[in-house]
Amino acid sequence: MTPVQHLAFLETGMHRTASEAGFSAPEVDYAAVSPMLVIFGAALLAVLVEAFVPRRFRYAVQVPLTLLSLAGAFGAVVWYSTTGDHLQTAGSMVSDPTGGGVSTLEGAVVIDSVSLFLQGTLLLLAFLSVLIMSERNLDSGGSFTPAASAVPGSPGEEQALRAGFCQSEIYPLLLFTVGGMLLFPAAADLLTMFIALEVLSLPLYLMCGLARRRRLLSQEASLKYFLLGAFSSAFFLYGAALLYGYAGTVRLSGIATAITVPTTDAQLGRDWLMLTGIALVAVGLLFKIGAAPFHSWTPDVYQGAPTPVTGFMAAATKVAAFGALLRVLYVAFSGARWDWEPALWGVAILTMVVGSVIAIVQTDVKRMLAYSSIAHAGFLLTGLLAVDVSGLRSVLFYLVAYGFTTIGAFALVTLVRDSGEEGQIGGEATHLSQWAGLGRRSPLLAATFTLFLLSFAGIPLTSGFSGKFAVFAAAVSHGAWVLALIGVLASLVAAFFYVRVIVLMYFSEPTSGGTAVVAPGAATVFAVVVAAAVTVVLGVAPSLLLDLTRDAVFLP
Amino acid sequence: MTALPSTLVAGTPDAVSLAASGAVQERAWLLVALPLAGAAILLLGGRRLNRWGHWLAVALSWSAFAWGVLLFWSLRGQAPDDRSRSLHLFTWVPAGNFQLDAGLLLDPLSVAFVLMVTFVASLIHVYSVAYMEHDPDRRRFFAYMNLFVASMLLLVLADSYVLLYVGWEGVGLASYLLIGFWNHNPDYAAAAKKAFIANRVGDLGLTIAIMIMFATFGTVTYSGVLSGLDGASEGTLTAIGLMLLLGACGKSAQFPLQSWLGDAMAGPTPVSALIHAATMVTAGVYLVVRSGPIYESAPTAQLLVVIVGAVTLVFGAIVGCAKDDIKKALAASTMSQIGYMMLAAGLGPVGYIFAIFHLLTHGFFKAGMFLGAGSVMHGMNDSVDLRGFGRLNGVMKVTWLTFAAGWLAILGVPPFSGFFSKDKIIETAFATGDGARPWLVGSVALVGAGLTAFYMSRMFFLTFHGRKRWPEDAHPHESPLLMTVPMVILAVGSVALGGFLAFDHTFLNWLEPATGTAHEEDPVLAAIVIQGATLALVAAGIALAWARYWRAEVPATAPAGNPLTVAARNDLYQDQVNEVLLMQSGQYLTRSLVFVDNRGVDGLVRGSAAAVGGLAGRLRRWQTGFVRSYATSMTAGVIAVVLGVVAVRI
Repeated sequence: MTPVQHLAFLETGMHRTASEAGFSAPEVDYAAVSPMLVIFGAALLAVLVEAFVPRRFRYAVQVPLTLLSLAGAFGAVVWYSTTGDHLQTAGSMVSDPTGGGVSTLEGAVVIDSVSLFLQGTLLLLAFLSVLIMSERNLDSGGSFTPAASAVPGSPGEEQALRAGFCQSEIYPLLLFTVGGMLLFPAAADLLTMFIALEVLSLPLYLMCGLARRRRLLSQEASLKYFLLGAFSSAFFLYGAALLYGYAGTVRLSGIATAITVPTTDAQLGRDWLMLTGIALVAVGLLFKIGAAPFHSWTPDVYQGAPTPVTGFMAAATKVAAFGALLRVLYVAFSGARWDWEPALWGVAILTMVVGSVIAIVQTDVKRMLAYSSIAHAGFLLTGLLAVDVSGLRSVLFYLVAYGFTTIGAFALVTLVRDSGEEGQIGGEATHLSQWAGLGRRSPLLAATFTLFLLSFAGIPLTSGFSGKFAVFAAAVSHGAWVLALIGVLASLVAAFFYVRVIVLMYFSEPTSGGTAVVAPGAATVFAVVVAAAVTVVLGVAPSLLLDLTRDAVFLP
Repeated sequence: MTALPSTLVAGTPDAVSLAASGAVQERAWLLVALPLAGAAILLLGGRRLNRWGHWLAVALSWSAFAWGVLLFWSLRGQAPDDRSRSLHLFTWVPAGNFQLDAGLLLDPLSVAFVLMVTFVASLIHVYSVAYMEHDPDRRRFFAYMNLFVASMLLLVLADSYVLLYVGWEGVGLASYLLIGFWNHNPDYAAAAKKAFIANRVGDLGLTIAIMIMFATFGTVTYSGVLSGLDGASEGTLTAIGLMLLLGACGKSAQFPLQSWLGDAMAGPTPVSALIHAATMVTAGVYLVVRSGPIYESAPTAQLLVVIVGAVTLVFGAIVGCAKDDIKKALAASTMSQIGYMMLAAGLGPVGYIFAIFHLLTHGFFKAGMFLGAGSVMHGMNDSVDLRGFGRLNGVMKVTWLTFAAGWLAILGVPPFSGFFSKDKIIETAFATGDGARPWLVGSVALVGAGLTAFYMSRMFFLTFHGRKRWPEDAHPHESPLLMTVPMVILAVGSVALGGFLAFDHTFLNWLEPATGTAHEEDPVLAAIVIQGATLALVAAGIALAWARYWRAEVPATAPAGNPLTVAARNDLYQDQVNEVLLMQSGQYLTRSLVFVDNRGVDGLVRGSAAAVGGLAGRLRRWQTGFVRSYATSMTAGVIAVVLGVVAVRI
């Protein structure tokens, strides 16, 4: 039974009379789901490529295929959102059921302006990530291990290295994960959402373990991510089950109705069922965005994963997971907002504090960026807690701003390398002390990294400032000024470790040798330039994007 | 292009400036864009442009001039009352009720400036090609020069005080960069810094003036401010006037902010000619003239303009009498001449016209003399010591003749340019005001003319006449054609521009629509008496200089001199006054602030930083690296969240 049929079954079980209960094929609005179809289709094709194309051509086939499919899916998103009048523009957070967006696949998937916005963002971020992943100037064969199955340090690995293999499975894996991400924020019931969660997570676990260097660290990261991910998925699923028990449906709109107007015996007096369910579902999603206290995987995984994957994961996973969290909280649970808001306040505060404070004592640039991403999850939660259109818009804006900056920053991390005494290039020089004096040796790289750091720190004229301003403004306008105040203080603490890196790059004497900056290929340069351009443009003219989010509205 | 309904400046508040029409006017932004592009290309283009980059700068400067000429013709082709055109560029600051558009104002005043600035600048660009030939950084020099031209044109073409401020800061930046062009010499770098800081003081005044305007009128465009003057109290207008005057004093090196101009001579000589003689330093006069109606409604501020002008004109002249450095003597003279302009600008609409008139003629003859000084330095191993020159007329004929033209022009000898402009200022000074004021102001201007004659003749004779006092290794020679041709052209201007513009009141008629109708009043003395007295004083000045610096032996080192001479050599101790009043008290203030900062603020910051650091040290221990402990903390988190949600209901 496919998930869709399964859901249809659940629906029919609840609301339809027996005469209608017979099997009927679900209606599919192919235009609305075309981006996902393109991506999943390309992913299947990419698997076939792995199976049938000779090894040495695979890279040359996979990269264009992946890029084309991402671009095509993006084109489909743009095409769908600009044609026709199926998207409504309204002032309220959730549009009335008659208008706005399309609910398809028997209501399992909703394509509304929010899903389209997030899908477009995800596809662009994925496109840039693929450009960075396809980089082969830095290591012959790219950033990924030549043979994932070979034991690190074994003769098998040695052979594969010498043969110049590359594990081009990374591209189909990426396409699957992107497919899951596209579905995640568009899922209109908890089961579809769970499946999307798994579709996006499983390939990511694998991708984390494919680093070319420090493979043990990478594999450890992969395993940790998998174990904890499975753990959190279980919470999500259990929460979904409890909510089904309460509402009798997994459809988000149905849950919303059950929460606001409890009617049946199962609902009256069974609030604990609903509340626990909400809490557990939220925990599953909070894990994905890396909110404290469910963040502990983040630094280890970010550090161990191949850096291009880290960048992709940090940017895209956060976008997709926040999309899903927004939809669940705003569409399904908003009737119980007074119940879950205090707990989420606590989570938001803890996340901001933990992310900003622990980052101070980090000595590894990837771990530092990992804690920074935790802190950003806290800032995003602050915006989300406005539970209102302004909160929705500010979070959407922040996600775009943060996503591009993050991809750019991690791309630059891939360029700074250890160098041996004879000048041979080694792995990434991620220890902060190795970045000392970089401003003098590679002014362009240092300047760009500075731009990204300033954006993370929320300095005006960067996208980070516009984003922070938006989320804090949304929070304050709904009386959550305590959250905003803590957010500002956390930003202050965070500014310290961002600026420390800038100081290190510009005002410290370079350590004696040991670090080299490798010239990247055109693809990486392009990706970094785009990321930097978005960072600046959204800082100078945030209205360009804010106008796009103006019509953002959920379809229940 | 939409017409902006805006009233015209000065005196004629009913006239409405029309929208720019025709390709020439609608593309007037090219005037700013062309040199700006030049600066960008030269700065970003890198070393590969070293070979021909300077010619690009020259070409762009000339093309700006060409566009200025086209603009002039297109305005001339229109009726005098239609010659004020506004050109909307883009919406600059759309902030709620406050809308600020970036726009250009094309009127007789701004176009007169455009023509002078671009023409003199282009000549000096050509001159610099040869002057800077052996400098390894010639490309950078030309980039800054183009940047300067663009900023200066933005300054004069802006249609609002805020856009003017952009140009104002732009020329300040270019001036700073060019004074410190040879910044490997710490003295030069210090001179650049001094100019920058003195200008900041003035800029603060301009900023405050703009803020008061915004608070009072809700707009900062010329048309908006100058047409809304009736709604403001005289006190407010006086405040605006004084603050604008402060800005003007900084930029135009007027008392008491004049101390930077002498040191600014550290820059390459073409820079001194263009920025610190002909154009930038006159921006203050432009500002005052542009804001004329404000001063007319605030007599106190207007009187202060006159006083500042008069003080500076005497001050500069006295300093000029004692300087042995040819460039610093010229700088003192510039200061003094701008004092004349400032004085005139405080005399109402008639004064505006003569202030601008003198500004234009001065632009020509002073730039010409600076280029002459550069040419002398070029031939004398970059020496600037007047006492080491003498009798250069034979070996540097072109320089000598062109310098002579500038000399006669600044003296106001008829029929040279300065005669028509300066004499009119003196006459107007005698004609404006009641009671003792015309006598007082007029006499100062008159005495200034005599002093000018003395110190300029002194400089001229010390350089080109008398005995040879050259150092042994000097082999003076005439400069190359690229340098002499611009000098000759400027000399022609020094000779004829004044007469040309004064003929049949050409310039007066041209400028009148912009500055308001001028009613010439009769001076308290007959005009012919004033002219006679001026010429007599000038002759006396020349004679005295001739006796002391041509006929008599000039010692190679300066004699001790009387206290006034010593004071004049030291710029009348302005630096010392600044140091005691501002620098030392400022340093005391900073030191005490540093103390408070170290003990109080830093203590607080360090304390909280230590607290955060300690917290971080504790929190990081949770990050053990073991999945089992992560899972434990997650479970604890789940329990906490579930309890948190459920607890709300209890």
